[in-house]
Amino acid sequence: MSGSAVVQARRLPAGGRINRDQPIRFSFNGIAYQGFEGDTLASALLANNVNVVARSFKYARPRGIVGHGAEEPNAIVQLGHGAQTVPNLRATQIELYAGLQARSVGAGLSVNFDLMALVGACGRLMPPGFYYKTFMRPQKLWMTYERFIRKAAGLGSAAAEPDPDSYDKLNQHCDVLVVGAGPAGLAAALTAARSGARVIIADEQNQFGGSLLAARPTIGHQTVALWLTKTLAELHACSNVEMLARSTVFGYYDHNFLAILERRSDHLRISSPSVARQRLHRVRAKQVVLATGAIERPLVFANNDVPGVMLASSVSTYVNRYGVAPGTKLIVFTCNDNAYQAAIDWHQAGQHVVAIVDTRCNPSGVVVATAKELNIDVIGGHGVIEALGKKCLQGAVIAPLNADATAIVGATRQLDCDLIACSGGWSPVIHLSSHTGAKPQWSDAKVGFLPGESIQQERSAGAAKGTYSLLDCFSEGAYAGARAAQLAGFGNGTVSTTTPPIEELTEQPQQALFLLPHVKPVSRAPKQFVDLQLDVTAAAIELAAREGYESVEHAKRYTALGFGTDQGKLGNINGIAILANTLGQSIAATGTTIFRPAYTPTTFGAIAGRDVGDLFDPVRYTAMHRWHTEHGAEWENVGQWQRPRYYCQPFEVMHDAVKRECLAVRNKVGMLDASTLGKIDIQGRDAAEFLNRIYSNGFLKLAPGKCRYGVMLKEDGMIFDDGVTACLAENHYLMFTTTGGAAAVLAWLELWQQTEWPELDVFFTSVTDHWATATVTGPNARKVLALVCDDIDLDKDAFKFMDWRDGTVAGVQARVFRISFTGELSFEVNVAAHYGRYVWEQLLAAGAEFEITPYGTEAMHVLRAEKGFIIIGQDTDGSMTPADMNMNWVVAKNKSFNFIGQRGLTRAACQRCDRKQLVGLKTLQPETVLPEGAQIVNDPAQAIPMKMQGHVTSSYFSASLGRSIALAVVKGGLQRMGDVVHCPLADGRSVAAEIVGSVFYDPKGERQNV
Amino acid sequence: MLLITCPYCEEARDETEFSCSGEAHISRPKNPEELSDEQWGDYLYFRTNPRGLHHEMWYHVAGCRRYFNVTRDTVSYAILESYRIGAEPGSKTPASCST
Repeated sequence: MSGSAVVQARRLPAGGRINRDQPIRFSFNGIAYQGFEGDTLASALLANNVNVVARSFKYARPRGIVGHGAEEPNAIVQLGHGAQTVPNLRATQIELYAGLQARSVGAGLSVNFDLMALVGACGRLMPPGFYYKTFMRPQKLWMTYERFIRKAAGLGSAAAEPDPDSYDKLNQHCDVLVVGAGPAGLAAALTAARSGARVIIADEQNQFGGSLLAARPTIGHQTVALWLTKTLAELHACSNVEMLARSTVFGYYDHNFLAILERRSDHLRISSPSVARQRLHRVRAKQVVLATGAIERPLVFANNDVPGVMLASSVSTYVNRYGVAPGTKLIVFTCNDNAYQAAIDWHQAGQHVVAIVDTRCNPSGVVVATAKELNIDVIGGHGVIEALGKKCLQGAVIAPLNADATAIVGATRQLDCDLIACSGGWSPVIHLSSHTGAKPQWSDAKVGFLPGESIQQERSAGAAKGTYSLLDCFSEGAYAGARAAQLAGFGNGTVSTTTPPIEELTEQPQQALFLLPHVKPVSRAPKQFVDLQLDVTAAAIELAAREGYESVEHAKRYTALGFGTDQGKLGNINGIAILANTLGQSIAATGTTIFRPAYTPTTFGAIAGRDVGDLFDPVRYTAMHRWHTEHGAEWENVGQWQRPRYYCQPFEVMHDAVKRECLAVRNKVGMLDASTLGKIDIQGRDAAEFLNRIYSNGFLKLAPGKCRYGVMLKEDGMIFDDGVTACLAENHYLMFTTTGGAAAVLAWLELWQQTEWPELDVFFTSVTDHWATATVTGPNARKVLALVCDDIDLDKDAFKFMDWRDGTVAGVQARVFRISFTGELSFEVNVAAHYGRYVWEQLLAAGAEFEITPYGTEAMHVLRAEKGFIIIGQDTDGSMTPADMNMNWVVAKNKSFNFIGQRGLTRAACQRCDRKQLVGLKTLQPETVLPEGAQIVNDPAQAIPMKMQGHVTSSYFSASLGRSIALAVVKGGLQRMGDVVHCPLADGRSVAAEIVGSVFYDPKGERQNV
Repeated sequence: MLLITCPYCEEARDETEFSCSGEAHISRPKNPEELSDEQWGDYLYFRTNPRGLHHEMWYHVAGCRRYFNVTRDTVSYAILESYRIGAEPGSKTPASCST
């Protein structure tokens, strides 16, 4: 920013809802400007005579501001810089604040000169489907093309740094939610509020009033202004009303759940941790009134994208609300009475109206007469068929038209102008109604799509429903508010409010007009833009129809009509009408595409809210966590748990640490924090029967003091989870699950108990967090435990493998399980969680003389793989049966009850001998460790695609064996012992390996039974 | 987001407290061994996909942890009723909707 701010050349001397005593400096594309408090970025740019605000998406044509609200397709800017920058904002919706910095998106260096303009010059070479047709071959180059295309398209850029702002979420309930605070919405809110209902009224603008804010304060409208002031005062005073300004209701979801994005500090641009920048209101409303208004429809004529072609209502808004004249010589181009107001407003602001060009043959009626009384030239039966100029409008070509405005019937002539205010009528904002699934209905009378029959508890009122008379909007809104309140349980549905006594001009019917004829056919005429944001022309839509894209959804995708961030708010209806016309069918028959949330783009920040960083997902720690931290643990996330992966000593890398830990367990003694295993306490008279049905192996005869390993199957016979279950007492069991599967297993048990076997007396309680578990394992495990446990007979015959005992360890009440996941002599010591660290440290102290070594999950994985013990989810993937895992011993053959999964196992497909089966792999070169996930083939020289035989599921270097080991699933693998298979790797190597049994270490299992 | 009434808690709560467990009233056959693979496959895999009323099972996983059934219109997503396991639905699926 440099120099003094440019004078606001286009600012009117008086008028507008702006504070001229409060100038605001800002910059756009690096140039300093000045605006006033109350301006939007768009109005301030227009005041400063900035015509070109963007380059178009495909043809790189200069573009100016077209609208004044959410519909704006061109003035899309990147706001701010650094971590707080926001892309894709509409300049028409950005409140001006001191120091605001914005730049055009997708304009490269300058909106006034752009290399991509060359593409524009070659525009005829880019028909719809251009990208599909051109860049799909050769397919290999698509990535290169895509990078270029994306860069060229350049729809802004996200911040590279973390967002420093905070965002909030608020869950709310209300009786009546009113969307939109124009005349209909305010009337609805007031009526509902008077009935006592809890009301939320939200509006995307910074002030309430909607279209009333842009109304000219003439005599007739003084009563309206008074009504607005009084209504807002009353609503403010109501304790049952929440008024949300700067709040966009962007989505309407199931069961009257609506999402509102409230911009709390964007307009202040203060960054404070105590003020959330934006707040997401998640509202469950009993009843909804949609008073979302309507958006004016542009007219489609040649070069209608030249800066200076605007919506008629936008011209009125800039004049009346912002005191800005976006030009000097105005042509109003219309097919309806409504747009005459723009000419009248312009005239009354002291500006020159060149003419009103009306496509209707004999425009008549009150509004027309009013214009004529002001000596405004009204040219009926004519249309603007082409705009002149490139970077700014320099004139208009008009031509006499036939009665239905489909053909030119005489000589064309030029009019001098620098602003065209056009109006093709209005399109109700039916987006939110459409979100609910209500199907928009075409109305020939209203020349627009109206909200479909309500599916949810909502009703539309006012312009959103195609009601354009101000008086009707007031009364319709009031009625809708009363009705909504009544259905929510308040009042009797009668309207308690009065509408301001205003006299309204009656309007003549509009002409349905979606595309102006040109002297040349559409395909040869200068571009007639339908969708300004994505550069979709009338010719493109006709071409799409000719090429067979007849469904509106297909035509949309082929031409990109309505695909922009504006969701086709301006272009869709014209586009659909042109498609319908080309296909020779009605608009009603053609239908419309479906609007989906969000109504306007919504920031990720607001959707994420506070659920970021450490609060994104809970992290679970064991009772010994701090000890692990203090002793060099590197972490592995297992589900939500943090588990030590290995403990690094000085000068160690992971490989060294894992090797040391493994050898310690095999040769001396190690200790693992196993607290994270899922633990479910199961009680009830039928607990044993229940377990017997759920597990594939038998549980009826498990006696107190005993443990049993079990496998759970899904009904299709596939392994779902595994673990040990101990019988604590008669009718009382403790089930261990995998760490990651605990929640799913509990849900599975509850499912069967509640829905199939409610007669079984059995109860489940998750006790995972209640217990801390230290697994002492290795040849010296018994000696270590003996030092801190004197009330359990640890003798190998008194306390056998797969037994458990109650007792005390280091003076703490404990359950000790003799179960083993390492294949070594093991004791799993369970104590109440809050004693976890204490007992852990006592065991370490006791084990010091045996060099007890804490080990992590990585060593645990290696040790169990040496033993061929599977890990659910690593060696299995939901398509593995016990037989596939070579674990038929865990499937009972003659239970009285057909256990879960038993029938599934007997399906022919489960019995095929070419199923993938768990085997061991030994690489021919012992040092080579296969990558997990490597594919297995028989012949690495075969042509691609190769015949896959299976894949590697677990692979490690085994320090104990001094070589690499791997587990794999191989088709028919159990019958292929000794075969050599190959693993072709991504880097081009192929590794040969021999198929062996899956138990590498201590195959007879003697070491755990000592 | 659906608003679901749990018939055990007797409260309408947000969908995020629940998880859907698929079609309701699918009983496990009493005699699995006697069924053909096709019959077993029907039980295991095949579900109706009606346009209209659908009885489905939900699980109040972040609440009372009870399974229950609801009748939901798959077009409007309106929930007509929720009822306990073992109870019969009040709204039956009209024949014309069961395609």
